[in-house]
Amino acid sequence: MSAVTQMKPQAPAPKASATISTLPERPRKGLALPGWANSLAVNTLPPLVVVLVILAVWQIAFSAPGSNLPTPTTVWAESSDLILEPFYVYGSQDIGLGWRVLTSLERVAYGFGFAALIGIVVGAVIGQSVWMMRGLDPIFQVLRTVPPLAWLPISLAAFMDSRPSAIFVIFITAIWPVIINTAAGVRNIPQDYRNVAQVLRLNHIEFFFKIMVPAAAPYIFSGLRIGVGLSWLAIVAAEMLTGGVGIGFFIWDAWNSSRLTDIIVALVYIGVVGLLLDKLVGFIGRVVTRGTSEA
Amino acid sequence: MGYLNISHVDKTFVTGSKRAEVLRDIRLDIAQGEFVSIIGHSGCGKSTLLNLIAGLTDVTKGGIKLDGFEVKAPGPDRAVVFQNHSLLPWLTVYDNVKLAVEKVFRGVKNKAERHEWILHNLDLVQMRHAADKRPGEISGGMRQRVGIARALAMEPKVLLLDEPFGALDALTRAHLQDAVMDIHARLGNTMIMITHDVDEAVLLADRIVMMTNGPAATIGEVLDVNLPRPRERISAATDPTYLKARQAVLRFLYERHRFVEAAE
Ligand SMILES: Nc1ncnc2c1ncn2[C@@H]1O[C@H](COP(=O)(O)OP(=O)(O)OP(=O)(O)O)[C@@H](O)[C@H]1O
Ligand SMILES: [Mg+2]
Repeated sequence: MSAVTQMKPQAPAPKASATISTLPERPRKGLALPGWANSLAVNTLPPLVVVLVILAVWQIAFSAPGSNLPTPTTVWAESSDLILEPFYVYGSQDIGLGWRVLTSLERVAYGFGFAALIGIVVGAVIGQSVWMMRGLDPIFQVLRTVPPLAWLPISLAAFMDSRPSAIFVIFITAIWPVIINTAAGVRNIPQDYRNVAQVLRLNHIEFFFKIMVPAAAPYIFSGLRIGVGLSWLAIVAAEMLTGGVGIGFFIWDAWNSSRLTDIIVALVYIGVVGLLLDKLVGFIGRVVTRGTSEA
Repeated sequence: MGYLNISHVDKTFVTGSKRAEVLRDIRLDIAQGEFVSIIGHSGCGKSTLLNLIAGLTDVTKGGIKLDGFEVKAPGPDRAVVFQNHSLLPWLTVYDNVKLAVEKVFRGVKNKAERHEWILHNLDLVQMRHAADKRPGEISGGMRQRVGIARALAMEPKVLLLDEPFGALDALTRAHLQDAVMDIHARLGNTMIMITHDVDEAVLLADRIVMMTNGPAATIGEVLDVNLPRPRERISAATDPTYLKARQAVLRFLYERHRFVEAAE
């Protein structure tokens, strides 16, 4: 039995019977910062560097005279007011991007809210019944792949108005992942929990609220998270076609009046808001399902 | 006829075109306040029998009567302690018991009485100190205690325990056996407990029901354990009655009905 110590820590030991290799303690490198500042630096520094690099490359690539896209500096020069003042109001169509985002978010709130409510209930019913599952799942799988905008003409024909149409498009886009995930969650409720419910003679409503929703919550929230992402994709696209004051229409409008720099700023807004929506639903999910994943 | 009467019960599972006869002609009478252990090799149908009594599965033939009433569906008069505790992980210990108490005693006890009753049952298993913990934060033995408290809180006519201590280490198991004996002595409930453990069966039970191997398992032998109560594990271990009972069970399990590796 040889005790090889600190010779070649990286090399995988060739399955010696009992080789004790003490790894040299890793020297604590980096700045001596307090914990929170350290984690902040670790989490924000790399993306910050990457963004700066991208901006630099972009700047260099499109600096040549006659290039057809603006550089970051031109974006700043022409559209900095959009970035600095999200909530100005100069006229009914001349409002800050913050207001536009809020308008879009309001539609998302309606469409996604309905999708969440109805999706959870429908998913729960389907998950409870093997036959419903067998019959409906293939249909959902097909409908789920229909792109949001493909629903718009039908929606416009049905509602004859752009606002409910846009909301319906969000609803119909977001509902499938909610239904499918909820059904999967309900199907995966352990038999034990069902037995407990049966012994206690819980009725359907009690079972739904006390067992089904909490037990399926992790699945439900992953469905909601996908759904909210799709909603945001859908609203921007739908608004480009239906008009109004949302962020999607703003892009379309800017394109028609050749304000490329405004479009770029709007894209950043959309990306950031989409990320925040995703994080928000993820956060709510984590808080709500705190106990479910343990044990 | 006993308090709990199982008469000529058959159970055959039908899945698609496959039929599996698991239990055949089970006959058993259990008196009120009696403690019965069911022992048998793995897969012989012990859980199936317990689920029939609980009403979680339907009998194929025959009938089960409890206190004069036919067993048709599950209900809180036949509380079950499941093998894997089956506490709801998103509820605290207190809320897990509360779920049962609210359901069973709504309209019978007022809010303060229900609160007292929950705490009383947690006290019975010495778990009041963990009332605000979630199942994920307590040990396996503690979870099983809470499972027992939840079942007791329903004030069942019969308490059904399906290998409640199967997953626990020997020491914890011994503690919980003592706890169950203590509860049985204090409350005098009728209890049916499935076990794999010969010592557990002999120490706890008034009668041991030994099942033959499946398929179509039935009751092979019933043994009375005439040990006086309260029983104490150390002195019992040298008691001739205890040793004889133990030997009888071992002989049944390992000589007459040796476990045949089932061809799955
Ligand atoms: N729902 C079911 N459908 C078909 N067969 C079943 C069903 N439930 C149980 N069985 C079969 O019945 C037999 C007895 O199962 P059971 O769970 O009652 O055994 P057990 O004695 O409790 O075993 P263990 O000691 O391992 O828990 C097994 O062969 C099992 O495959
Ligand atoms: Mg079993």
